[in-house]
Amino acid sequence: MAAALNTLTAAELSDKLASGDVSSVEVTQAHLDRIAAVDADVHAFLHLNENALDTAANVDAKRKAGEKLGPLAGVPIAIKDVLCTLGMPSTAGSRILEGWVPPYDATVVARLRAANLVLLGKTNMDEFAMGSSTEFSAYGATHNPWDLDRIPGGSGGGSAAAVAAFETPIALGSDTGGSIRQPAAVTGSVGVKPTYGGVSRYGAIALASSLDQVGPVSRTVLDAALVHDIIGGHDPRDSTSLTDKWPSFAEAARAGAQQESLKGLRIGVVKELDAPGFQAGVSQRFHETLTLLADAGAEIVEVGAPNFEYAVAAYYLILPAEASSNLAKFDSVRFGLRVNPVGGGTVEDVMAATREQGFGPEVKRRIILGTYALSAGYYDAYYGSAQKVRTLIQRDFSAAFSQADVLVSPAAPTTAFRLGEKLEDPLAMYLNDVTTIPANLAGIPGMSLPMGLAPEDGLPTGIQIMAPARADDRLYKLGATLERLLVDKWGHTLLSQAPALS
Amino acid sequence: MSQSTPSQGKSKEAGLTPDVVRHLAGLARIALTEDEVAKLTGELGIILASIDKVSEVATADVPGTSHPIPLTNVYRDDVPGPTLTTAEALAGAPDHDGSRFRVTAILGEEQ
Repeated sequence: MAAALNTLTAAELSDKLASGDVSSVEVTQAHLDRIAAVDADVHAFLHLNENALDTAANVDAKRKAGEKLGPLAGVPIAIKDVLCTLGMPSTAGSRILEGWVPPYDATVVARLRAANLVLLGKTNMDEFAMGSSTEFSAYGATHNPWDLDRIPGGSGGGSAAAVAAFETPIALGSDTGGSIRQPAAVTGSVGVKPTYGGVSRYGAIALASSLDQVGPVSRTVLDAALVHDIIGGHDPRDSTSLTDKWPSFAEAARAGAQQESLKGLRIGVVKELDAPGFQAGVSQRFHETLTLLADAGAEIVEVGAPNFEYAVAAYYLILPAEASSNLAKFDSVRFGLRVNPVGGGTVEDVMAATREQGFGPEVKRRIILGTYALSAGYYDAYYGSAQKVRTLIQRDFSAAFSQADVLVSPAAPTTAFRLGEKLEDPLAMYLNDVTTIPANLAGIPGMSLPMGLAPEDGLPTGIQIMAPARADDRLYKLGATLERLLVDKWGHTLLSQAPALS
Repeated sequence: MSQSTPSQGKSKEAGLTPDVVRHLAGLARIALTEDEVAKLTGELGIILASIDKVSEVATADVPGTSHPIPLTNVYRDDVPGPTLTTAEALAGAPDHDGSRFRVTAILGEEQ
């Protein structure tokens, strides 16, 4: 019996679609059926695209008419709800944007439509991407497909869970401090945060503008690369978009998958991110993976990054500062919720009542924190100091990349924790991103890739690969080699071991 | 104004008081309840104590970084591009009159 369509990778589906083995309508229906079967338990989706099958039929008609279609044409994809989509609500997981349908598409979404992908729907997330568990979504938490009592990571837990639960082969996420990579690690999927400016932020509802980056979520390295090739590249609508000409990341992934030896590659292990406080099974799988890489010929070198110790602290000053400014736009005037206080009031009273009711606890916490960090008298001590730490972290990376071609670390310090476990302890929640935050502060690209199940709890662990800014192709090349080495070692993919769910 | 404010020269070691949180909430236009003020005062105090460590290494000789990838100013040709129609711009508004957003009074009685 042929494998169910919803278990195939995007690359495999592309081949079948191109050869006429299957239609996009069949592929899309298979994924909609899977969503209908499991999403009541997983809750990865906030909204399903009612036009998905029509889009699929259109793509099939174009193909039938002999039109030359690109890679991934007719393949379904899910979109994190932080991205603006014409015709579908875009709430960023917040009550304040409930039901809001944007008047424009994010550039990445427009590029997916132009490349004839089929948008399945919008995925759940922590409100305005503030969180590491999706528990701060105003619409209820997403559940980890490996254990429904556990978190799927965050903020992009919806996209990661949808991919891991075989509800979609690929998805888009956004990563401000780890929101693509940490969910990938705890769900056994693949996630990439590109170089800052490598992918347009136009139409991505901003959290922290100097840190946010949109990127792919998938089950394989090649699938992530295929998505990155479509969404990446210069966008004049984003003034921080880089004008670089990028190589094909799919080609890099294919070359990596073919590569037999890693001889000549220097892999740096960041000493500060191989910490004794990490879960034992995470550390164990990480060191086994280093051995595997060394056996394949790579040179493993230890590198120090002394200022990483200050990264989380700097991040929780810079992010709230930028977020408190970005979220000022939710003012009850132009879009979203309006709450009229009892007895009326001025527009400022309406604004304050609206924001009180429309924002959840974590968003309020960070707005107040950011407002404090930016206030007169405290600006230099907090925000100014955090910007200096950012310089020190960039210098640490420069020094590390002079000794190594890529850097590696665990992608998350633990496996998925239980829903509710850290909800009332903001500081504990913030420390989940200790491994991923440095890359955002420096603007460099990072990938999370499954590296096995932790022996003590049978849950996925992820390895993070980091490369210098603009060298995203190194992630895909090494990622694809390592993915093949691990699958050869296990005799199966990691996600094939996940519970059936339905 | 009897509220204490961050700009009144209090050292950051003095920590966050409920009055400061109320003041910040006013600046941020969030009508926090008293329960929220109390909870946030405790939580933010703990968070601030933890993130205060940035000052340990942020010495005067280190320049700040505001943007991860240095860019020079970005210009485009001064020609009209596509814009939203009025109807599109108003489509998501809580209230409008067909051509403008509608809000309640801008000024209160004391102003």
